[in-house]
Amino acid sequence: MTPLAGYLLVAALVFAIGLAGALTRRNAILVLIGIELMLNAANLNLIAFWRYGPHPEALTGVMFAVFSIAVAAAEAAVGLGLVISIYRHARTTDLDKMNRMKG
Amino acid sequence: MQEALQFTPQVVASSIAKILWLIPAVPMVAAGVIALMKQPRRKAAAGLAIGSLAFSLLVALAAFGHVLAGWMGGHAVRETVNFTWLQFGSSNVDLGWVLDPLSAVMMVMVTFVGLLIFIYSTGYMAHDENFTRFFCFLSLFAGAMLGVVIANSLLLLFMCWELVGLTSYLLIGFWYQKPSAAAAAKKAFLTTRVGDIFFLLGIVWLFAQTGTLLFYNKGAGSMEPLALGGLLAAPAALGLSAATAIALLIFAGAAGKSGQLPLHVWLPDAMEGPTPVSALIHAATMVAAGVYLVARVYPLMQAGMPMGGTTTALTVVTWVGASTAVFAALIAVAQNDIKRILAYSTVSQLGYMMAGLGLGGVAVGMFHLITHAFFKALLFMGAGSVIHGCHEEQDIRHMGGLWKKMPVTFATYAAGMMALAGLIPFAGFWSKDAILESAQGWKSSQGPFFLLIFGALLTAFYMTRQVSYVFFGAYRGHGDAHESPRVMTTPLWILALFAATLGLLGTPAWPWFRSFLTDRPASFELAGFSEPGILALMLTSTGVVVIGLIFGWWLYGNKSPQAKEPDVLAKAMPPVWRALRDRLYVDEIYGATVIAFYAWFARVADWLDRRVWGGLVAGVTGLFGLWARFNRFLDTYWVDGAFDKGCEELSAGGGLVARIQSGRVQTYLRLLALAVVVLAAILIWSSRA
Repeated sequence: MTPLAGYLLVAALVFAIGLAGALTRRNAILVLIGIELMLNAANLNLIAFWRYGPHPEALTGVMFAVFSIAVAAAEAAVGLGLVISIYRHARTTDLDKMNRMKG
Repeated sequence: MQEALQFTPQVVASSIAKILWLIPAVPMVAAGVIALMKQPRRKAAAGLAIGSLAFSLLVALAAFGHVLAGWMGGHAVRETVNFTWLQFGSSNVDLGWVLDPLSAVMMVMVTFVGLLIFIYSTGYMAHDENFTRFFCFLSLFAGAMLGVVIANSLLLLFMCWELVGLTSYLLIGFWYQKPSAAAAAKKAFLTTRVGDIFFLLGIVWLFAQTGTLLFYNKGAGSMEPLALGGLLAAPAALGLSAATAIALLIFAGAAGKSGQLPLHVWLPDAMEGPTPVSALIHAATMVAAGVYLVARVYPLMQAGMPMGGTTTALTVVTWVGASTAVFAALIAVAQNDIKRILAYSTVSQLGYMMAGLGLGGVAVGMFHLITHAFFKALLFMGAGSVIHGCHEEQDIRHMGGLWKKMPVTFATYAAGMMALAGLIPFAGFWSKDAILESAQGWKSSQGPFFLLIFGALLTAFYMTRQVSYVFFGAYRGHGDAHESPRVMTTPLWILALFAATLGLLGTPAWPWFRSFLTDRPASFELAGFSEPGILALMLTSTGVVVIGLIFGWWLYGNKSPQAKEPDVLAKAMPPVWRALRDRLYVDEIYGATVIAFYAWFARVADWLDRRVWGGLVAGVTGLFGLWARFNRFLDTYWVDGAFDKGCEELSAGGGLVARIQSGRVQTYLRLLALAVVVLAAILIWSSRA
């Protein structure tokens, strides 16, 4: 097993855990955590492909990962803000009850 | 008969002939303007009508003066202005107007008498609420009548002729609230229509034969020798030439308008209209239009006449005229309505005119037409004045002794009565004498002469009876009779003057009128009286008239009979009196024949309508109804069903899909994940293959 495959396997595992968390949890914060996990699995893939790719001397993979982390941070901040405001409004963070925007 | 050279005709139209169209056009325009006026604007309406007719009178006088000057200068004036009205294929229909002695005399008479009657009407109709409507109709009538007079085309003449008939209808039925007036208007319109159908046939035939309806058109008109020759040569049925047949057809139209037998029935009923209308339309002008028409187409009537002989057409005209003259005079004897007596007298006098045309030519008939127009208008307006003064009473048995109460009316009425009776030297004497003279000289038969002499006797008799009833004896009416206002009596004076003197234009010594109409120079010769037979005839006719007067005075003078009391003649010979009083049952005969037939025909048509045509229509309707029902069935159960079903399915499908959008974020996410997995599976699977 090549080191790359090992990284990818771990990343896939983390993604699967994140997806399972995002899909099964009712709590909005836990869903956000799941999404964060999937994001970081993708970051791990980016780094791994860069490190074992044809041009490891160019810092493209790190660039991608840093961007992704920055965006994820912003996203987490906005997401948590939304959750808090929803909680203030509806006194719950249960996503099954947040269905008032359905058509 | 003086032998003089025929004048050379002058064909170039003068400026007065060119503006001749103004004579009918101005009153017509005035009628149109009055029609738009509001009812309360009485003064304006009457002023406009009178002003327009006065203008026409001035133009007519100028035209007459022009003709007169030409005549005195020694050339016959016959100026025509023609223009093409319609063009179809190679033939065209021309209209135009003509200025010749005949039309000049007639237009002056119509405008002059018409003007006096207009003025009189302002007094007579003063209290009528439809005053402006009355003047609108009067103006329209004057315009149409003048159109008849100046027309140089049979078609234009016919159009104006029908307009005249229309205004006659409108004016007879002017008081349309009265059922009798409405019925009389209808009767007049329908009866004259019978004659007009024949007239129209004659026009169409004439056009088919000659290709023109113009009377005079520089040698190419239908009344000029070229066309007449062709008409004489063309055969019609029963051994008549086309000329005779057309002449008879046109005469039928004239008989309808002029109340000749057997189409006279409408004229006495026409007296339901206001009295000025009776005077203007049903005595002086419109009914004379038939006579004028015969005079206008006289060349056609006369076509093919051998020297000193007569033609079939003229013979018919003569006999119809003479019989009408006596027939109507007989009926007039036994009438009690002041206007009805005058109406029958008008019919009788129109018979004289027709007979005069048939016997002695245009000048004789037209002379009586002109004099009659004056004295009959006078009589009618006098009768109107009497009716007005006696509070709308028309029965002569409820009058009497009016000569003291209405002196002006009496004096003028007496002048008119003597002119009508034919007493020397009043106008009627000379014109009637000319007719009698021609009748005496007629080669075919002496019948018309005796008929006309008898008619003269009757005329004198019934007029004496009427005047005795109305003006002498004791007053038997209600209320107090009063003289009419000056606006009514002034026209009476003027007309009385003419009734007394107009005949002097046509005495045997100075036959000016005849010379003028026949384009010969006139000369004054006392020797005219000494021609063989003339003096004797004058004495005879005067004798006959005097007998009639004396007889009438003997029976009716100063008797003042009670209204209920039967007439003297009724006591003497009841059956004859009853027959005459009931107008010789002509209306009843028409009722039993023509009207009964039409009523039957109408019933048959009604039955056909209801049963046959109605059934057909109902059948077709049912068929279409069935078809429509079938279509509705298709619509409801097929088209609509299919459509509705499609819509339901679509909506159900939408509902199904809408369930996905549940608003649960995680469901969306799940679907997203599932889609990604499927996508990944496809990608992997396809890269393998």
